[in-house]
Amino acid sequence: MALLTVENLGIDIHGIRPLDGVSFSVDKGEILGIVGESGSGKSLTALSVIGLLPLIGGRILRGSIRFDGIDLATLPEAEFRRLRGRRIAFITQNPMTSLDPVMRIGAQIDQVSMLHLGLDARAAQARSIEIMAQLRIPEAATIYHHFPHQLSGGMKQRIVIAMALAADPDLIIADEPTTALDVTIQAQIVDLLVELVRERDVALILITHDMGVVAQTCDRVVVLYAGRVAESDAVAAIFERPRHPYTRALIGCIPRDETAHGNLTGIPGAVPSVAHYPAGCRFHPRCPRRGAPCDHIVPVSAAMDGGLFACHFPENSGVAR
Amino acid sequence: MLSYAIKRLLLLLPVFFTISIVIFLIIHMVPGDPVDNLVRIGSTPEQKAVIAARYGLDKPLHEQYVIWLTNLLQGDFGNAIVMRRPVADLIAQNIPYSLALSGCALLFSTILGISVGTLAAMYKDSKLDQVVMGGILLGSTLPSFWLGLLLILLFSVQLGWLPVSGARSWEALILPVLTIGLGGTALVARVTRVAMLETAQKDFVLLLHAKGLPRRRIQLRHVLHHALMPVVTILGLRIGWILGGAVTVEYVFARPGLGTLLIKALSQHDYPVMQGCLLMLAIAVMLGTLVGDLVQAAMDPRIRHSMS
Repeated sequence: MALLTVENLGIDIHGIRPLDGVSFSVDKGEILGIVGESGSGKSLTALSVIGLLPLIGGRILRGSIRFDGIDLATLPEAEFRRLRGRRIAFITQNPMTSLDPVMRIGAQIDQVSMLHLGLDARAAQARSIEIMAQLRIPEAATIYHHFPHQLSGGMKQRIVIAMALAADPDLIIADEPTTALDVTIQAQIVDLLVELVRERDVALILITHDMGVVAQTCDRVVVLYAGRVAESDAVAAIFERPRHPYTRALIGCIPRDETAHGNLTGIPGAVPSVAHYPAGCRFHPRCPRRGAPCDHIVPVSAAMDGGLFACHFPENSGVAR
Repeated sequence: MLSYAIKRLLLLLPVFFTISIVIFLIIHMVPGDPVDNLVRIGSTPEQKAVIAARYGLDKPLHEQYVIWLTNLLQGDFGNAIVMRRPVADLIAQNIPYSLALSGCALLFSTILGISVGTLAAMYKDSKLDQVVMGGILLGSTLPSFWLGLLLILLFSVQLGWLPVSGARSWEALILPVLTIGLGGTALVARVTRVAMLETAQKDFVLLLHAKGLPRRRIQLRHVLHHALMPVVTILGLRIGWILGGAVTVEYVFARPGLGTLLIKALSQHDYPVMQGCLLMLAIAVMLGTLVGDLVQAAMDPRIRHSMS
């Protein structure tokens, strides 16, 4: 049994249903990538798992989220609060806006261990500085007393990561942790996360739109498109033989040496908005392989060689088009 | 922080001089002059000129300004032409009443407004929120002089609990403070509520929730702190507004005060008194803004650091 298993998750936000039957699982020491374009439902999946959908007026309609034997989908808020930040930690997308600008950095990290581990202020400070040092924050004891605006973006993201680690969580969800950072810093932060997973044996869900990051870091990957899982598989397998045309297209978006002189393959069109999801396969208007059933029959999820895909005309599977 | 305060204080100097020029010019451009209030009807132009010369009103405008400003910088506000007393005395006599009224009204609307606004934001869309929103609408649309009359009718005439007018006892302060304070309360509550709801949408608040902090602590410790910054700005601006804008309320309750003195001086074209009153109000606005900015700097390290 994996640490976290999400099955057939469907959510409702003010009458619209942006997620429809999302399933995946992740275990300790494993990095799961959730990948897709903006609007595919990646962040909403993360909010569902940490139980913060009500903050944006959403709720879980169906499906289950099992974390270490606990069903998070039905867990009362009072109990969920004790898990949040303690056993399930969250790393936000934009470090520039994710820290309270009027509170000293150290105090913001201390909050977590004081709340969840019951440490007093002195012990919390020692712990925070230690974690900051582990994250290679130079002069951690000085930075501890700084305010967020005195730090660079990369340093702020390290602080957010330090907050995530403060109570020794089992699962970390990182929602596009590098999107807002400089390219040079991006690699550092990603490496840091990978190192943490390996050293501390935590499970990491890495949400990204960058297949390149997935290839470098993840063990397995879930490809989301318009609130549904298009394909999920081990990373090595998915790059070797993508079955869903959308996965193929995403892989085509990674810049490589051989494409440096030619053109990058973009994906024509855009993810439809929740209000205008097309019938049948939601990818069919943009799909190069679409055929007769695609615009009215929803493809069922099929399992093959440990992977899952939802396509009428999958590639690399022996199905003729 | 101290260097920031000193810097802000120095920045007020040019503002002060500009305001003094504007006040002086506007007053002298208003048609009519104080001499008409001093001479008997039917006096000859020669008689008028004698009186004008006595008060220095025959000199060119810029000379009059320089004389006024020089005296002012030595602490001399001049003598009232029609009221025939030192302007400083008149102001000193009236200003305690204004300060008591505006101070209490400001305190009242700050405490009540912030509490009510916070509760409304924390329980958004609840019955409580709806009641507060209705109260805010009522409080910000009722004209203060009318509200004052209603309060007098109810508490003084019908119930007989409080004095109708005057300023002899502290009880006489209650109704005027309510009259001014209720409008301010509505304003402060509205700004607090909106700012809290806005702040609650910020990324860092999401992360606070993700850290597992209790909702109430997030609201009161983090969100409220940010929501109070615009409130502080508004309160700073309101200090001056209440001091000068309390005129109608002073009239309704027949209270002495800076506003009443100013109106009287205006009707008599008593230049030195008008100048003195307006200057005091301008200083009050400047100091109010300054205090607001300093409190903001104390609340937000980004402002402190950007200045030093």
